[in-house]
Amino acid sequence: MKTIKIQLLVNNNEYEVSVSPNETLLDILRERLGLTGTKRGCEIGECGACTVVMNGEAVNSCLILAPQADGSKIMTVEGLMRNGEYHPLQQSFLNHDAVHCGFCTPGMLMSAYVLLQQKQNPTETGIKQAIAGNLCRCTGYQQIVEAIGDVGKKGETD
Amino acid sequence: MNNFTYFQPKTLQEAGEMFGKSWHETTALAGGTDLLGLMKDDIEAPRNVVNLKSLPGLNRISYQPGKGLKIGALTSIAKIASHSDINKRYPVLAQAAKQVASPQLRNVGTIGGNICQRPRCWYFRGDFHCLRKGGDICYAVDGKNKYHCVIGGGPCFIVHPSDMAVALLALDAKLTVYSGGKNKTVAIGDFFVLPEKNVRRENILLPGEIVVDIRIQELNNNTKSGYVKFAERGVWDFAVVSVAAVIQKNGNALKKGRVVLGGVAPAPWFEKKISKKLSGLIPSEKNLDEIMKTALVDAEPLAMNEYKLPLAKNLMKRLIGELTA
Repeated sequence: MKTIKIQLLVNNNEYEVSVSPNETLLDILRERLGLTGTKRGCEIGECGACTVVMNGEAVNSCLILAPQADGSKIMTVEGLMRNGEYHPLQQSFLNHDAVHCGFCTPGMLMSAYVLLQQKQNPTETGIKQAIAGNLCRCTGYQQIVEAIGDVGKKGETD
Repeated sequence: MNNFTYFQPKTLQEAGEMFGKSWHETTALAGGTDLLGLMKDDIEAPRNVVNLKSLPGLNRISYQPGKGLKIGALTSIAKIASHSDINKRYPVLAQAAKQVASPQLRNVGTIGGNICQRPRCWYFRGDFHCLRKGGDICYAVDGKNKYHCVIGGGPCFIVHPSDMAVALLALDAKLTVYSGGKNKTVAIGDFFVLPEKNVRRENILLPGEIVVDIRIQELNNNTKSGYVKFAERGVWDFAVVSVAAVIQKNGNALKKGRVVLGGVAPAPWFEKKISKKLSGLIPSEKNLDEIMKTALVDAEPLAMNEYKLPLAKNLMKRLIGELTA
C-alpha cells in the first residue's frame, strides 16, 4: 500500500511524516514523533487517555486516521509547558493531588485545556461534562474537578 | 487494522465512482469513529477507504425561517448540539446530539456517519460469524440478549444504535442521497431496513451512494419536541431505550404528533399506534396511561429483554407528559 506524506503542526513544531494509511494519529504522535505523553488506552474512543487538541477541539487520537489529520494543528500534553514552567493546569493538578496513577492525566489536561479556552470560570457541571469522555480508573475525579475549577476561578487559561 | 489504499475525492461524482460492487472492497470514511473500531476488530477489512471529508461544503448547517433546516452530512454532532437555531427550533435534535457518545467523539463524528453506523450487538462486534457477517446463526436468539430488539427482529435481532436517527425520524427528515451522477430524495422512514429485508445492511445505501444532506421541515410555533435516552452510563453508551417525540398542540388537546423509539428494534421504530392516538388527545396522566396500553403490542421480547417494554412505555409517557404540560 502506498504511503502518504502528511504535514502536522504539533505543539507549534512543523513535521512532515510519511504514513501508512492504516496508522492513527496516536501511532504517529507516540511512535514517530516520540511524544509518548499521549497515552494508548482502550483504542476505541472510550477511555480518553489518547485525547489531544486538534484544531482547537478535544479528540480521541486513537480514532483519527493519520492521513485524515493532514494539515491540522495538534497540541499534546508536551505542549502545555511554558519556558520550562508548568502550565497552571499542571500546577493545579499537583496542588490538588489530582494525579494518582497518572495514566489518565494527559488526556484530562487536554480536555480541561479546551474547556478553559472556550469558557472562563466553568461551573462544576460544565467541568464534569467536559471531562465526561476521560476515564480515571483510580476514580480520583473529585480532585481533578477541583483542580480544573481552581484554574478557571483564577482565569489562567493560556 | 488491515492496510488499505486511501482515496481523497474532490467531487461527489469522483467519490461515487471509487466504489465497486461490494462494501467489502471499498468503504466510506466520514468521522471514522465507528469505522476505525470496526476495522481494528477486523469486522470490516476494506481494500479501499474513501475519505468523504475531502469533499468540500458538506459540513454546513443552514436554517431559513419558513423553509426549515438543512444539515450537511459531514457536520459534526458537536456542531449540531450547540447550534442556536437547532436548540431553539428543533430541541429534539439538539437533545439527541448532546447525548451521543462523549465530547471527543461528538467533535469528530458526523451526522451522516451517525445514521450509517453499524450495530453494537456483541456477537456482531465479537468473534462470532453471525448472520450479519454472512454466517448462518443469530447468536442472540439463544444467547445473551438483554440489549437486543423486542420488535421488528428476525432473523437477526440487533437494535439500531443511533440517537440522531431516532430524532430525525420523529422530525420526518428527508435525506439527499447522491446516486450514480445525480441526487435523489429519500424519506428517513424509507432509509433504514429491517433484517427480514436485508440481514447484512442497516440501510438502503448501495456502494457508491452517499448521504449528502439532511433536510427538516419548519415546525410551527405550537410544536414541542424532545428526546429522552435511557442508558446504563451517562457517557459513551448506547440507548437501552430512547424516545423522540414531536407534538403539535391545539389548545388543551393535541393536534398531532410523531413518537419514535430507539433501542427496541433493528431500525428507529415509529410508534404508529401511539402517534395516531395523539390526535385530539387531552394529555392527562390517565389518558396517557390508557394509550400506552396499545404501545408495542406486536413486540416479541427475547428471554432477557422484556424489561424494555415497560421502560419504553414509561419513557414515552414521561416525554409526552413533559412536552404537553
